[in-house]
Amino acid sequence: MEEIGNAFLIAFDLLRSRDAALMEIVQLSLWVSIIAVAISCIIGFFIGAALSVYRFPGRKVIVVVINALMGLPPVVLGLIVYLLLSRSGPLGVLGLLYTPTAMIIAQILLITPLVSALCLQVLEEFNREYDEFFRSLRLTSLAKIKTLLWEARFGLLTVGLAGFGRAISEVGAVMIVGGNINHATRIMTTAIALETSKGTLALALALGIILIIFSIAVNAAVMALRSSSKVQVHA
Amino acid sequence: MKMILFYRLALTMSLVVFANVVMLAAALAQPVTIIVQSTTSTQNSGLFDFILPKFTAQTGITVNVVAVGTGQALKNGRNGDGDVLLVHAKSAEEQFIKRGFGVKRFDVMYNDFVIIGPKNDPAKLGGTVGILAALAKIVQSKSPFISRGDDSGTNKKELQLWQKAKINIVEKGGSWYRESGSGMGATLNIAAGMSAYTMSDRATWLAFKNKAGLKILSEGDPLLFNQYGVMLINPSKHPHVNEKEGQIFIDWLTGKEGQSAIAAYKLEGKQLFFPNAGR
Amino acid sequence: MLDRVEPQIQSDAMQQAPDIAVSFRNVEFSIDGKRLLHKLNCEIGKAGKTVIMGPNGAGKSIFLRMIAGLLKPESGEIFIPPNDSEQQRSADISIVFQNPVLLRRSVSANIAYVLKQQGHSKKTIARLVSEALVQAKLEDRAQMPARQLSGGEQQRLAMARALVMGSSILLLDEATANLDPASTFIVEEMVDVASRAGTKIIFITHDVRQAKRVGDDILFLHKGRILAHKPKDAFFKEPGSEEAQAYLDGRVIE
Repeated sequence: MEEIGNAFLIAFDLLRSRDAALMEIVQLSLWVSIIAVAISCIIGFFIGAALSVYRFPGRKVIVVVINALMGLPPVVLGLIVYLLLSRSGPLGVLGLLYTPTAMIIAQILLITPLVSALCLQVLEEFNREYDEFFRSLRLTSLAKIKTLLWEARFGLLTVGLAGFGRAISEVGAVMIVGGNINHATRIMTTAIALETSKGTLALALALGIILIIFSIAVNAAVMALRSSSKVQVHA
Repeated sequence: MKMILFYRLALTMSLVVFANVVMLAAALAQPVTIIVQSTTSTQNSGLFDFILPKFTAQTGITVNVVAVGTGQALKNGRNGDGDVLLVHAKSAEEQFIKRGFGVKRFDVMYNDFVIIGPKNDPAKLGGTVGILAALAKIVQSKSPFISRGDDSGTNKKELQLWQKAKINIVEKGGSWYRESGSGMGATLNIAAGMSAYTMSDRATWLAFKNKAGLKILSEGDPLLFNQYGVMLINPSKHPHVNEKEGQIFIDWLTGKEGQSAIAAYKLEGKQLFFPNAGR
Repeated sequence: MLDRVEPQIQSDAMQQAPDIAVSFRNVEFSIDGKRLLHKLNCEIGKAGKTVIMGPNGAGKSIFLRMIAGLLKPESGEIFIPPNDSEQQRSADISIVFQNPVLLRRSVSANIAYVLKQQGHSKKTIARLVSEALVQAKLEDRAQMPARQLSGGEQQRLAMARALVMGSSILLLDEATANLDPASTFIVEEMVDVASRAGTKIIFITHDVRQAKRVGDDILFLHKGRILAHKPKDAFFKEPGSEEAQAYLDGRVIE
């Protein structure tokens, strides 16, 4: 129990002194996850929008598969990506294993199903509202997609945050494909795993607290952006 | 108005992506790096943090250590995901060389294993030196024992010892024998949490910060000798291996500077690794 | 994937009757096996404003949506001359629903949206938008978020948006049903201006006084059948059926 109290003290101390090692790890964590989320959103929003607008045989199957992929254990995904990027694997020549790029790739594969599924969910509601209106204008499917994505922008912002949360907290996949290499691929979560295995529990907890603080900061920033715009648009 | 906001966001995103790409490109263009596949116990002891900067200062080569279980390190080596292997499972290493995955095996250093257990010592090991006798006592008292259970160097040694003590652990091991399937640190955490016995290498134990109510209850038996070896991953099998730099590292490690660096690494005044490259 | 009526081949008869706006031939429609429109036949002329009336469940909304292309007839055909091509058809019909469907953006952006979809230049859009705002008496609300408007203002916006598309046919599905008298008046004015400019107006209403005020000919539907299609004065003088008479009297009919 006193570990937890200790942890807070250590956390604030590290933050106050702007500990160099800590800053390096935090920065890499944020880079990796933010980039992964940005790319996942671009891909995922279009998948979600396309699924909400187009009707074709096999659509239901795709939706079921995407929903199921949300439950893919990260460590399994990490293993798959490792096998792909390993020197003995099909993409080995790219030499991406044990680099931040590999971690970004793993996180993109992990979050895109989540973002797609949630985006589809959000857009379905908008689609119901706007369906007759769009059809009365004879909009092309592409025009519908563009309009829906813009109309749903606040909901989609939340979807993006959900994706970010999943990415920043992930440890299994990034450990395998990143290797937790000091000064290269060590991020918050893998550092926490390392400190735990070294028995320095208070420090591990402190890192966890700091991770949560930064995550809150990101969420808060996005929500501030959202509500300032929202006031202008909605009743 | 909202479009402006949207475009601003999109612009920021693109800048972020662009910056990352530049960063990565810069990273790729950096001075030579080698990847060493090693074990979590070696990593956790803090040895690498001590000796590697010396190596880099001398040669300008950066060493990236991927610390995983021995089994995984060997597998990664087989796949060519690295340049050098530094583990402590001699017979597995020799197999590795024999099957052509590695070039040549060199002794680097040794330390020893110890039996850790709860202070109140239910199995009454009381500092028993003979490891085989100690293990027999544990089995007899059915005291909780945490095994690595992960095909690591430590795990292989543990299983060898059960064999030598003529104890069929698969049979005799009841609910008191737990396999953590994890690294040394995680295993020690479990032992601390369950007040159980376990076998650990001395270096990891000394560096471990969650000792809780545990202490060393058996040590010193020559059977507990723990040898570390280093190998270059075979460039003929994996042409991309940094053969030159990898060999420089191996030469350094087994040569005068590396060996004295290893000997100089102390934790709480105690030396954790003993160089024995014999070159 | 087709969610609108397929273009039909014109018959000679149609080509010889250029003053017909919409023509139904033996149109039938069912949902879940229940027949909602029974072999409808009618011709709606280009001149005048046509009012569709009838009790609930008569099939008025379905009828209107078929003209709009939002529903397909089960059998039979709908002609909307000159229906050479799908693109031409699509530019030609606008619809205003009972509850306005507005985008989550400003009033002027809502109007600009439909113009953008039609591919107009920025300059043209700006001009048409300000004209539309004047017509709907929403000039001082131009930058307001559309959803913050009152109900009447929102419907006026929907009207302005529908009109700015420049369609040849404008459909209204009980568009003023929920509006205050002031907004109703403005909407009716907009309808009048559009009609005089050549747009064919077809609208559904339950408001008999509005029908008398605004309509030129009445099309009375009852349980999926057309019971009357006459000029306004003729209809109100002689509805032509018991059901129509009962409807006008405010009595419930089977």
